[in-house]
Amino acid sequence: MSVVALDGVSFGYADHPVVEDVTLTVDPGEFVGLVGPNGSGKSTLVRIALGLVRPDRGTARLFGSPAHRDRDGTRVGYVAQQATRQAGEMPVTVREVVRMGRYPHVRWRFGERDRRAVDAALDRVGVTDLADRQVRTLSGGQRQRVFIARALASEADLLVFDEPVVGVDTESRTAFYDLLDALNEEGLTVLLIDHDIGVVTAHADRVVCLDCRVRFDGDTDAFAESDALDRSYGPAHRTLDHSHGHDHAADHDHP
Amino acid sequence: MTSTVSPLALLALVLPPFERAFDAFVGVFGDAACAAGDATVGSVFCEGYMQLALLAGIGVGVVAPLVGTFLVHRRMALVGDTLAHAAFAGVAVGLFLGSTLGVAVSPQVSALVVAVVAALGIETLVERTDTAGDVSMAIVLSGAFALGTVLLSLGSGGLSVSVHQYLFGSLVLVDRASVGLLTLLVGVVVGTVALTYRPLVFVTFDETAARVAGIPVRRYERLLAVLTALVVVAAMQILGVILVAAMLVVPVAAATQVATSFRSSLWLSVAAAELAVVAGLVLSYYAGTQGSGTVVLLAIGVFCLAAGASRLPTGLARRVRSAVGSRLGQRDDTRTR
Repeated sequence: MSVVALDGVSFGYADHPVVEDVTLTVDPGEFVGLVGPNGSGKSTLVRIALGLVRPDRGTARLFGSPAHRDRDGTRVGYVAQQATRQAGEMPVTVREVVRMGRYPHVRWRFGERDRRAVDAALDRVGVTDLADRQVRTLSGGQRQRVFIARALASEADLLVFDEPVVGVDTESRTAFYDLLDALNEEGLTVLLIDHDIGVVTAHADRVVCLDCRVRFDGDTDAFAESDALDRSYGPAHRTLDHSHGHDHAADHDHP
Repeated sequence: MTSTVSPLALLALVLPPFERAFDAFVGVFGDAACAAGDATVGSVFCEGYMQLALLAGIGVGVVAPLVGTFLVHRRMALVGDTLAHAAFAGVAVGLFLGSTLGVAVSPQVSALVVAVVAALGIETLVERTDTAGDVSMAIVLSGAFALGTVLLSLGSGGLSVSVHQYLFGSLVLVDRASVGLLTLLVGVVVGTVALTYRPLVFVTFDETAARVAGIPVRRYERLLAVLTALVVVAAMQILGVILVAAMLVVPVAAATQVATSFRSSLWLSVAAAELAVVAGLVLSYYAGTQGSGTVVLLAIGVFCLAAGASRLPTGLARRVRSAVGSRLGQRDDTRTR
């Protein structure tokens, strides 16, 4: 059973299509990178896949069920765009945030199993020593780890990130992507939206390039050699490279 | 005493067990308040009306920051003010119906109905317009107040005293039936927040993730709006329409300055509100000042102290925080871990 299955999905406002006729599946254990120019509908597509937005046409299924239906909420960890700016002045601690991941599991009492899951998640992403710190006092990279810990505490099978490293320093970015790789190797399905094509090609097994429609869907090496970038970004594009040490992350300057 | 007795308060009072228990409670509470006052600040709480005002104030001091914490951190602090003005329109509707049509409607009950309807209306507006809602709220706020003034001008004269009472609050005119209603509302609000604490925190912190986690976000948003309406109507009689929103916001802002966790910020905001209420009642009694204004000014004073404490040099601030936190927050945090 596919984790995400989109079939002929379209969504738009009045005459302005945002996503058009997208068919896409994500299978368990995959690490899929979703790239595309600004306004290409990446975030909308993910919101449709997660059931936050209903498509105008087509169907979206999540773990085999219609995505918009009420579900148990324990299978998906989602970190939205700008999530690292979340918290504002709310004096919530790291542990309190990670506990939220258990809430879909908890009926009445927060039990021993829930506490253990929280401790394990804190430990897994390396923020145990920050557990009693307030999220508002953390750096962007630390916050990102806390959100991953929340998803792990919920025992999610699918992790979805929308531009996760905006406002995160370079060193923490590397550590963040390494953690995603490790979690993916442990069997978690990862869907990553990132404007940084270099990062996506360095870490994802498969790249989907979206520009309202799917311009490319295939493995990472084939993407680097394809003309999908030209077709979606235009011939004068420069993709960002944050020096992850991978050849195919280099600038793509086309004549 | 107000001449009309609200049907809800009446209901509370015709329920004999509740009435007996409430009377006994007020008696015990009054004696304790009088004794505690005598031992510290004098005979302020030995008068019956001050005992009722204190009981009402303590109730408001619990529920206003409790609900206000969620509002403030959802950046919806203006909702309290808007619903207070809607409640004023509700008071005007009650008085208007009473004076022109001869229908005996308690202003408190009409305020409750109008405030709840306005709360749900604002939520719908925010959902449909997909904005933070401050424009819609500004429209509802001023519109409700305008409606209130027009309705009052249409009604016959002689209403100014009671209108003044609802606008600015009154300690002297707090009656037993109103405090009974307020006690019921406090019970409903505290019970509801206790039962829905986890989803409320999740929705407040990260609405989108909460929705992905299967939490019915809209339902909790509406619930919060209705709870706010209940708090506003409960607090209106002693704080008045104009100042009621302050108790939803100021103690929370004070607690946020020094809290070590979200849970501790809830306790601290209630503590800040209680401090302001009790000290405000005492001060207004001896200095002869307006009760609600005194309470709100003291709450702002507590906020200034907390803001100052949070800006102390780091080492000192940590000691202050850990001292406060160990008393109010961390102990609870540890227990729930």
